[in-house]
Formats: sequence, C-alpha cells, structure tokens
Amino acid sequence: MAEERKVCLRGSKLTKVFGLGRQKTVAVDHVDFSFYEGEIVSIVGESGSGKTTLAKMLLGLLNPTEGEVYFQGKKRDIGTHKKKKEYWKNIQAIFQDPFSSYNIFHKIDSVLLDCINMRGGRKFSHTKKVEMMTEACGFVNLKFEELTNKYPFELSGGQMQRLMIARIFLLKPKILLADEPTSMIDACSRATILDMLMQLRKEIGMTIIFITHDIGLAYYVSDSVYIMEHGKFVESGTADEVILHPQEAYTQRLINDVPKIYEEWDLSTV
Amino acid sequence: MKHIIQQVFHSGKFIVGFVILAAVLLIVIVYPLLIKDAPLAIIGQGTFFPPGTYVNAYDSLGSPKYILNLEHAAAKRIASKLSDDDRLAMQEWLVAAGIPENEIDISNTEQLLRQWENHYDPQTNIAGMTNAKRNYYIRLNASLKGLLSTEGAIIAVKNADTGALEETGDVVAQSDYVNIGQVANVRRLPLGTDNFGRDVLTELVAATRVSLQIGFVAGIVATLIGLTLGLLSGYIGGLVDDGIMFITNLFTVIPSFVLLILISFSIGQEKRGAVTVAVVIGFTSWVWTARAVRAQVISLRNRDHVNLSKLSGHSLVYIIFADILPYVASYVVMALILQISSGILAEAGLSILGLGPKTTEVPTLGLMMNWAMIYQAPVLGKWWAYLPVLVTIALITFSMNLMNTGLDQVFNPALRD
Repeated sequence: MAEERKVCLRGSKLTKVFGLGRQKTVAVDHVDFSFYEGEIVSIVGESGSGKTTLAKMLLGLLNPTEGEVYFQGKKRDIGTHKKKKEYWKNIQAIFQDPFSSYNIFHKIDSVLLDCINMRGGRKFSHTKKVEMMTEACGFVNLKFEELTNKYPFELSGGQMQRLMIARIFLLKPKILLADEPTSMIDACSRATILDMLMQLRKEIGMTIIFITHDIGLAYYVSDSVYIMEHGKFVESGTADEVILHPQEAYTQRLINDVPKIYEEWDLSTV
Repeated sequence: MKHIIQQVFHSGKFIVGFVILAAVLLIVIVYPLLIKDAPLAIIGQGTFFPPGTYVNAYDSLGSPKYILNLEHAAAKRIASKLSDDDRLAMQEWLVAAGIPENEIDISNTEQLLRQWENHYDPQTNIAGMTNAKRNYYIRLNASLKGLLSTEGAIIAVKNADTGALEETGDVVAQSDYVNIGQVANVRRLPLGTDNFGRDVLTELVAATRVSLQIGFVAGIVATLIGLTLGLLSGYIGGLVDDGIMFITNLFTVIPSFVLLILISFSIGQEKRGAVTVAVVIGFTSWVWTARAVRAQVISLRNRDHVNLSKLSGHSLVYIIFADILPYVASYVVMALILQISSGILAEAGLSILGLGPKTTEVPTLGLMMNWAMIYQAPVLGKWWAYLPVLVTIALITFSMNLMNTGLDQVFNPALRD
C-alpha cells in the first residue's frame, strides 16, 4: 500500500495572518504538507500553535492569507457556494466541543437528515431515511428510536460526539478532519470514540487528519505526525520516527509532558 | 418554543407587565364595541366640563316623581349653593358690622345664615366699601332668601301666541326625587370633556389605540431595519460590514430626535398621517438594534454549529435564518418591546411640539397632550384633560419595560436574584 501512495491534500506556503500592523498575529506561517490517501495524519501542538486555524483553512471555512491548498492534485476551487458544497462532500469535520456543535433549536434528526440530503437522498422515502439514520446510529452504538425527536441538550457529551461520527458515517467523505474530538470527553468515552473512528476508517477507507495536543494519543492512532509550534511545522515524519526519535527540542518537551504511570512526572518547562 | 413561553410566564415581572398591557389592549378593543360614539365628536358646548354624570334637566321634570323625606336635605342644598367665596364675603360683612370674629364659623352653614339674617341690613354703609361690593351683597342676600324658602318650584310654559307664562299645574317640591334610570337622557362623562367639548374617555381610548398602532409600526419598522442590517453586517463582514457600520455610525452621531423633528417638519402637515409618523419614528430609531444584533452575530458566526451547518451545505440565507436568528431572537424580542414603548413616547414628544399626525382625523396620546397644553388645562386646573393621558402613557411604557426586565431575567439567568 505504501508504494503507490496518492496525495489527497497538499498545502504549499499556507499562511494565515490575523489583524493588521502592530496587532498582527501570524497564526499559520508558510506551512507545506502532503497528506496521503488512507493515512491517519496527526497534527500535534500546544494550545495557540495554529492547529485549529489550519484545520479551518483546510475545510475552507477560513480564507488563507497566502498559499494554496491542492485537493487530489488540483488547485482547490471553492469560489462559489456550489463548488464549496461539492468540496464538502469530500472533506468533513468533527469539532472539539460537541456541546456547541449542535444548533440547540433543531432536533437531532435534522442533523442526520441534512447529511442524507447532502448525499443526494432528498427524494428518498421517509422509511428509507429512517432506515439509513438507524443504521448510522447503530454503527456508533446509539439507538435511533431513543434519539429521534430529542433536542441536543438532552444528550450527554459522549452521545453527542458519537452522533457526530454517525453523521460522518452517513456522509462518507474522503477526508475527515477531527479537531481534538476527544478533548471534551471523559477517558472512558474517549477510547470508544477513537475506536469508532478507526472502525469507520476501515469501513469507508477515508483519510483522517487528527488534530490533537496529546502526543501519546497521536502515537497511538497515526501513521504520520506533524509537530506544530507557533504556526510552523517543526518536525514531521512517520509516527515512529517522530515520537521514538525526536529531533527537535519542542517535540522532546511535548513527549516529556505526557504523564506516565509508575514514573515521576517532569513538570519543569523549558 | 413551548418551554420558553412557560419559562417566561414564571417571571413575576413579566406577568405584571403583560397583564397591564393586556388590560390596556382589552379596553382598547372592547370599549369601541360597546360605545359606538365617534371619538372626535364634539358633544359639549363649552370647554372642560368636569367628570360626572350629566342628567338632562328638562327630561327629569317630566319623569315620575318620588317623595323622599331625607334628613339634612335642605342643609345640603343650601350648603352646595353657598360657595366658599360667598361665605368669606359674608364673614367680612359681619365682622365689619361689629360681630366678633371668633363668633363666626363659616363652616357652620346654619349658624352663619342665622347671623346673616339677624344682622344684615342693606342700608348700612360700611366704610371703604365700593358700590360694586354693596350691590354684590344685595344680590347675595336675595339669593339667600330664595335658599331658605321651602316652597316648590312651579313649572310654567310660555304661550306661543301671547308670550305669557301659563302654569302647567306641576309643582316640583323640595322633597321630590326622580329615578335616574327613568330619565330619558343621562350621559356619563367619567373623564369630563376636553377643550373642544369632546368626551375625554372615548377620545382617550381611541387615542391609546392609535398610539399603540404607531408604537407597533414604529417598533416593527425599527426592529426590521436594525435586524436586517445587523444580521447582514455581522454575518457577512468585510466590506458589507464596513458599509453598513458607516451608515449606522452616521445615524448614531445625529441625535435621532432632532432627525425625527426635521423629517416630520419637512414632510409637512398635510401628509403627516399616523402611519407616516410611525414609519418616520421607526426609520430614526433602528441604530442601536443594528449595533447590538451585529455584535451578537459576530460572536455567533464562528461557533461550531454554524461551521457544521456550512459543512452540511446550507446556504447563507438558511444559515442566517436557522442558525443565527434563533440565537438572537430573545434579544430581538426584548429590543422590539423597548422600541414599541419608545415609539409611543417619541410620538407623544413629537405631537407635543405640534409635529405629530394630522390633527383633524385621529386623536393620539401626544395630540391630546398637545391640545391640553394649548388650551392651558394645567393652568386652569382641568386635570381630567391631561392626567389620564399621562397615566396611560406611563402605564403602557411601564408595562413594556417591566416585560422587558422580566424577559431579561429569563434569558440571562445570571441576572436572576
């Protein structure tokens, strides 16, 4: 599989600058990357390193100040709403905070129905739609009958995030951008969520771009790892290369910051 | 939705405000159904008739008579005829005639009359008294003589041919009463009449109705403009935002009331109907709604649920209406309530200056104030021409502000005590 790896998302000199003049903040600073099809890529960095900004640019929610994104070898064109919609059939996201990811005024069904509509299922019969939603919920161990006609605030955080995965299951995108999907959830649900993501990847063979501040987690799930500091990729490579043989001091520090059981935790910062 | 409404009706302040406003609305709707008089019909010949029940004197002569022998009836009759000024004048004369001042009690009608009867003499000249004053005392004395009479009044009809008075044989004795229900023409004027002789209550109800309409139209116009501009500039951002904020800032620095006066003046008296005035008020007061909505939208547009909605392929219009508007709706409703109440106040302010709606067609609360001011009701002490209007304006704005505070407490739980 490694021999003929196809690049599905490539960035060249991608930059995002907020503000003007003195208050200028360079959130993402001329980053280059190539994400391969079928891979799990982790982008690791501390808070404020520009991970989420990069993710939003990849999703097309923010316009880059400079640089280009290439999707499947071609320059990404999302100039019109129609083209954007087409692009979003291929790339989808799971956000960090499940509690703010839902429109509190809409019932849960509408989130899933939107996905079916987006995949061209607008004209499906009601029973067919319900069947699809039940299947998607079943995939993430939720019972659709219990969820239907409920509002998001009636669910727990873990349930909400699992429903987000069910949404991806319905959409079957080529690329999934998971922006710290487990940071707001307790440790037990975290394993379940990760497990479901892995299963989903196996099922529909998509690329996962995993954004996290937890280098241990990144090591556990990913094929290749990008380390981000102050808007720049300071180190990249396969998970083993980067984490077992880190070259940069920053990577070293991130690794040391992971608390380990049976070991003294080094709390000194550089 | 049901949940929100339930929550809102748990707030004491909101309920009180709502009940007051609902009562005003109910009166405004029901009153014209029961009393179908034209609100601007001039019924009184003369100005500022005091509040009370008006019984037709001519009709009451022909009504069936009932004899009631009531205690103090005569005393009451005399007491009501003898004004405070007359009593003071009587005291003055008596003192001048040599009666010690401490023996005169002007509140004791019986004693005062007895003293007057015993001592008054039209021939007596009191030093320093003018001729006019002397004639006044003679007139007063004559009227007092009639007062003490116990005879009934005789009803006479003028003979059309000879002009002589012919007795009808009917005598109205002092103990005769008529039942007010049997008099053909009785008119209750609970708030009297105004300077043009119009029934103030009927006029007030009609005016409240028009003022509420003006308030609603002004509030809705202002909220719609403010909401649209706020949503667009907040959500789209960039050049659109800059453009809209430029206009908004222009409107902010010009005091809206000055603008309102200038626009009202330039429209001219002829074209200034109630709706026109309402639209003009709405057009000058949208600024703060626009700014506040914009600020809220800016904080909303980067939320994850908006991003997710975008990723689900929804259009800009759908996102604004489904993902942004519901989140600002509670604020917009509160702003609308305040806009309505300030619209009513703005109309009153304009009308007091004489720039309100055209005066011949509809009354408004502001116009009633204006008329009362022009005809000097406050100076003359005709409280019924302006006090009920003031109370109505105060009640409406008070109830709306109370509702607003109640809503605020429901939607911002941090403010709850």
